[in-house]
Amino acid sequence: MSDRAPIYLDYSATTPVDPRVAEKMIPFITEHYGNPASRSHPYGWTAEKAVENAREEVAKLVNADPREIVWTSGATESNNLAIKGAANFYAATKGKHIITVATEHKAVIDAVRELERQGYEATYLEPEPNGLIDLEKFKAAIRPDTVLASVMLVNNEIGVIQDITAIGDICRANNIIFHVDAAQATGKVVIDLESLPVDLMSFSAHKTYGPKGIGALYVRRKPRIRIEAQMHGGGHERGMRSGTLATHQIVGMGEAFRIAREEMAAENERIRMLRDRLLNGLMDIEETYVNGDLDHRVPHNLNMSFNFVEGESLIMAVKDIAVSSGSACTSASLEPSYVLRALGRSDELAHSSIRFSIGRFTTQADVDYTIDLLKNKIGKLRELSPLWEMFKDGVDLSKVQWAAH
Amino acid sequence: MAYSDKVLDHYENPRNVGSLDKNASNVGTGMVGAPACGDVMKLQIQVNDAGIIEDAKFKTYGCGSAIASSSLVTEWLKGKTLDQAAEIKNSAIAEELALPPVKIHCSVLAEDAIKAAVADLKSKQVGSKEAA
Repeated sequence: MSDRAPIYLDYSATTPVDPRVAEKMIPFITEHYGNPASRSHPYGWTAEKAVENAREEVAKLVNADPREIVWTSGATESNNLAIKGAANFYAATKGKHIITVATEHKAVIDAVRELERQGYEATYLEPEPNGLIDLEKFKAAIRPDTVLASVMLVNNEIGVIQDITAIGDICRANNIIFHVDAAQATGKVVIDLESLPVDLMSFSAHKTYGPKGIGALYVRRKPRIRIEAQMHGGGHERGMRSGTLATHQIVGMGEAFRIAREEMAAENERIRMLRDRLLNGLMDIEETYVNGDLDHRVPHNLNMSFNFVEGESLIMAVKDIAVSSGSACTSASLEPSYVLRALGRSDELAHSSIRFSIGRFTTQADVDYTIDLLKNKIGKLRELSPLWEMFKDGVDLSKVQWAAH
Repeated sequence: MAYSDKVLDHYENPRNVGSLDKNASNVGTGMVGAPACGDVMKLQIQVNDAGIIEDAKFKTYGCGSAIASSSLVTEWLKGKTLDQAAEIKNSAIAEELALPPVKIHCSVLAEDAIKAAVADLKSKQVGSKEAA
């Protein structure tokens, strides 16, 4: 097994580019290399047409107007542009308080932290133990000077879906700009921006079988939302985001979102079947816990904690499958997942969590192999674990005096 | 997360996994670390009448480096006196396993586990002498 590539179950970190997407992109590197901003010759016109077609495809997936789509380098940039751009624009009229959630992606948390350094104040809401926000707590966090709220649609670690309709309605009633990070949501949940009370929404291509390095920000036109540019230059994207457009990347994102729109209904059903198979298989293992709500959740995600097994050794044990321990962005550090800690999980359970994320190219054989592997390896690590031994001897581990170091 | 071959070998084939009778008068048990810190090591040593460590067993909850550190010291401990055992330094463990800086604490924990096991055994021996 070790001489073949591990089974990929990390689709929430990134997805492979769909071959149909790659095929569409290539001519825009080699043949149609014009700058979409070149107005004086057909090279430019061809590129511009491709960019606008792609813009339309992105808009269609989320039922928006193409003129509401601004190209960026990815969801991190979209989040930064939305949060800093809107806060900077509206701070003078509304105030300098921002509401977000402790389980947001770092691209949101750290953008808000940067605003705090600039003199803004922020509330980081703690979610309920199932990962969802209590709307009453959200309402209670609102102040007269709250200018912006940012809540993700689908969580990257635990896959839970927040009720952005209800949160958006509250924001509307309180005259608060509402930003939603939807990087993990496209192609997984239906997004209808014509009816959703959302002002700004971030997208990424590479979570939805498009290329890395391209994303988009939805900026509502009715009522018009204004943002201050964070990147200055040639005035591209109606001044909101300067920089030469990466035609091939944009074409890739457009094609990826077109495929998502056409295939998501059937694909999600298949993926849900695989996820439930994985869940049922792994629940056979004793002392195993699902992190995050199972009902309000995308079918692609399963995040589980395996008690009495340490997380890093677990990842080593399952090297024949490619999975994440917490978020891929933080797995280089030894800290337990901040998302699971925010759900109130103990450090031990947060340490021993695995995020399985299933996607377009996952097979039933992949899932069955994963179940067998986990059963076998967790058994082996528990044989090694003094905590498992104590648990089996009936020792209450919470009452043990540990020699902390 | 690049582990050395030696760490991987101990992780894949841990030596001397198991438990000794912690109530036996010639067995010393050291349990160090805390679940919240991500590692707990239980190290046990058994001495013969000549005071030589004749068996060592471990169980470790922790990363690959923690498992390897404790597996390695069970090999090193056999045949040593208690005083020799107490001289094993974390730096030697870290060097043998080529631990990166972020994993040095695993070797420190293994050294602490040895000291705790030796101290436990010595306290038992003092106790039994006083009783006799």
